[in-house]
Amino acid sequence: MTDMIEPVSPDTLANGSAHVRLGSNAGQPLTRADGRLKVTGRATFAADNRPDGMLYAVYVSATIARGRVTHLDVDAAKAHPGVVEVMTPANRPPLARDPDAKPHPFALKVDALQNDRVRYAGQPIALVIAETLEAAAEGAVLLAPAYAAEPARMDEATGEIFATEIAGFGNPALFEKGDVEAGLAAAARRVEARYTTPAQYHNAMEPHAIVAAWEGDRLILDMPTQAPALSTAEFASFFGIPPQNVLVRSPFIGGGFGSKAFATGPYLLAMLAARMVGRPVKMVHRRDQQFGPVGHRGATRQTLRLGAAADGRLTALDHTALSTTSSFDDFLEPAANASHNMYASPAMRMAHQGLRNDVGTPGAMRAPGEATGSAALECAMDEAAEACGMDPLAFRLANYAETDPQTGRPFSSKALRECYTAAAERFGWSGRPLAPRQMRDDEGRLVGWGMGSALFPCPMFEAEARATIHADGTGTVEISASEMGQGALTALAQIAADGLGIDGDRLDFRSGDSSLPNGGIAGGSGHTATAGSAIFTAGADAVRRLAEIAVADEASPLFGASNSGVEARGGRLHRVDDPSRSETYAAILSRAGLSSVTGEGKGARDPAAAESRAMFSHGAVFAEVTVDPDLAQIRVTRLVGAFAAGRIVNPRLATSQLTGGMIWGIGFALHEETVYDPRTGRPMNADFAGYHVPVNADVPSVEALLVEETDRHVNALGIKGVGEIGITGTVGAIANALWHATGVRVRDFPVKMETLLG
Amino acid sequence: MPLTLHLTVNGEAHRVDLTDPRPTLLDVLRERIGLTGTKKGCDRGQCGACTVLLDGQRVNSCLVLAASADGAEVTTIEGLSADGALHPVQAAFIENDAFQCGFCTPGQVMSAVGLLAEGETGGDPERIREGMSGNLCRCAAYPGITAAVMDAFARMEAAEGERADDRARTEDRARQGEPA
Repeated sequence: MTDMIEPVSPDTLANGSAHVRLGSNAGQPLTRADGRLKVTGRATFAADNRPDGMLYAVYVSATIARGRVTHLDVDAAKAHPGVVEVMTPANRPPLARDPDAKPHPFALKVDALQNDRVRYAGQPIALVIAETLEAAAEGAVLLAPAYAAEPARMDEATGEIFATEIAGFGNPALFEKGDVEAGLAAAARRVEARYTTPAQYHNAMEPHAIVAAWEGDRLILDMPTQAPALSTAEFASFFGIPPQNVLVRSPFIGGGFGSKAFATGPYLLAMLAARMVGRPVKMVHRRDQQFGPVGHRGATRQTLRLGAAADGRLTALDHTALSTTSSFDDFLEPAANASHNMYASPAMRMAHQGLRNDVGTPGAMRAPGEATGSAALECAMDEAAEACGMDPLAFRLANYAETDPQTGRPFSSKALRECYTAAAERFGWSGRPLAPRQMRDDEGRLVGWGMGSALFPCPMFEAEARATIHADGTGTVEISASEMGQGALTALAQIAADGLGIDGDRLDFRSGDSSLPNGGIAGGSGHTATAGSAIFTAGADAVRRLAEIAVADEASPLFGASNSGVEARGGRLHRVDDPSRSETYAAILSRAGLSSVTGEGKGARDPAAAESRAMFSHGAVFAEVTVDPDLAQIRVTRLVGAFAAGRIVNPRLATSQLTGGMIWGIGFALHEETVYDPRTGRPMNADFAGYHVPVNADVPSVEALLVEETDRHVNALGIKGVGEIGITGTVGAIANALWHATGVRVRDFPVKMETLLG
Repeated sequence: MPLTLHLTVNGEAHRVDLTDPRPTLLDVLRERIGLTGTKKGCDRGQCGACTVLLDGQRVNSCLVLAASADGAEVTTIEGLSADGALHPVQAAFIENDAFQCGFCTPGQVMSAVGLLAEGETGGDPERIREGMSGNLCRCAAYPGITAAVMDAFARMEAAEGERADDRARTEDRARQGEPA
């Protein structure tokens, strides 16, 4: 493929509007726009709403994983003071859409009291509505459900294994290139290993929460959602009302990680409850109710087979995954697909099977597929490096993919070599002994160093935005984006200010409300790229309209400049051929007698670019661990990552996203695991005392370096994404460091002390 | 069993009439008094999102039965900054990017204020990490949180130093018979 496009500077758009440039605001390490609200407790989350007349709802969670509800003591619950209503399958109002239907590929079946069946522990089986939270909670206890339980199927022995054509969200479950068996047969070194990853639950600090209210046929929802505008159509379909009758307000999301992107059964029940009693209803999940109906990362068992020639180059890469899903729906963690795009190999095979267990349906959880799959891949690569007698970094460099191994396409950009170099240097990787158990710290603890490669795709979805320049020269940009901690309110506003060519303090950025232009979904690490593109284009459109007025106006110093001969910055239009001739937005609008000018924009992937390039963010993560030689107590003493993700809109916030992702890697490697009681199928650790996530003391030193990268294909802004990549690479790096410290290969996550003790 | 509760919250006296004795201090603050800055993350003392100062001590307000706090003084995140000026811990949280989604942040900030008042950590990052480990942050803003607490400690020490210097100067002047 010939490449006719000249290299561009990072501050210039490859194919955007000529009027505006990124760089005055975007790229600056601003502190968070919502910082003051968040440190003073004034950022309003869904559960903070208390409309007049509001009632409280608590739903009852099934305590068996499979069977039927045979009795609920509705009379006892209703007799409790303060209880207003009890909803069960017997009196649940009708829904316009079958909760078990899948009208579109992203739809998941939900449990909304459609019958008396229980198909996983934690499933909602009834709902109590009361004047106070305490009365609702007590009413829920008084329902005292009785069950006809059937044996829970919680493992491979009891669950059904099934073939599948789809993994994840519509991805092919099988990819084959070349002859894997021949490649393995021809290899000088071979590695075969099996890895397991457990069910993990998102556990955002903010439990799922909703305040639902009906005004006639209009449904008003205060709830955290990663897709405010998109979710209106989904909710509307359950009530037979038009999407525009649903208003979703989601100004702040207390963490989502993939769990707050979809309709759930409990949410529908809260909406039904509000309609049933004719009053607003608040329903907030208990922490244990985060384990069940809101998705999770499905458990996997993965087998890797790698063949390598004597020089360390791969001859075959085979990655198969058995992904656990529910008994009634089909989301499969696409773990093996993480091997599609990382390392060059003449023969590749990535395949999935499904396993049905009596668990809630899994879904997207931060880096779905990439997190689990790269954990296994990076461990297997480390084992292969050892088999070849090579340094793990040198081994990865020997298998560096110059073009995308899956499609053969060139990468839109790939600064992975620079990431390896930057992170290795910062970490001090050189001089690392090849053999394990060679290093000790001052207190005699075993020390190990390991590394892993990080990769995440750069999807774009679709978004729309509206930008307005007002008579006073200020701007407004509107989009239903989602602020869930990634910093959308800050970073998107930076892009918005540049799109309008104004200073950030002259901008009113409106977001988080479904009545605004559709901002798409905050997921897949594609929100900044997608919403940012829509915002920037909208701003450029508004500036273009303003320029048209100015260049046609004899009284303007810009008169006679061609429409493309002006440039916007600092709230003024300047002539490109004579920048000293300029005029403020306010003056242009005032003379034209206009109160404002409005532009619109869309963000989506350019189909031609999508066809011709492979688009990924890349990174490298290096880990140091210490292990007590007697007790096997594990500490991750240092993590250093370097990431190349195209244009970084706000380095301060991007760094936090990346270190946050890396710390998720610590949790994945060492802490997170849902333990199910094999008899009942109930999670035995459905709280923060039992389901461990990293705490501050687990994280002594984590550093993320930003590697400069210009990408003129991924989108006009050159933005990739940083939300999820941090977890990839990190898990393997820690596991590999544990081997280097102890000589024990750890293949089951999370790694426990007893595994290292043998 | 109705009961009446008297609380001083952020310096303001509140009388709360409860129809039953079950509500926690957290639920009274959020659902009765309407101070929703304090968050409920787990309702069983495992996450720290509900941290407030109760008679000057940091506590998980979800573990305090409201009835047992009758007569107490409570400081919540809403009461931390006076006249719009941020508390040094709040300012340091913003500058060190010590949060992402912000849901755990009120609890983190209150816990940090309580921790520094306890005076056990000094500016030692390891002690600060240990002392802040009762406050979970799923966004994992821990590096920023630790940096912010160290930063706030340094600022408060410096401010305390200045106050001490001022006092010393005042005392010197007083000894020398000069007007303060």
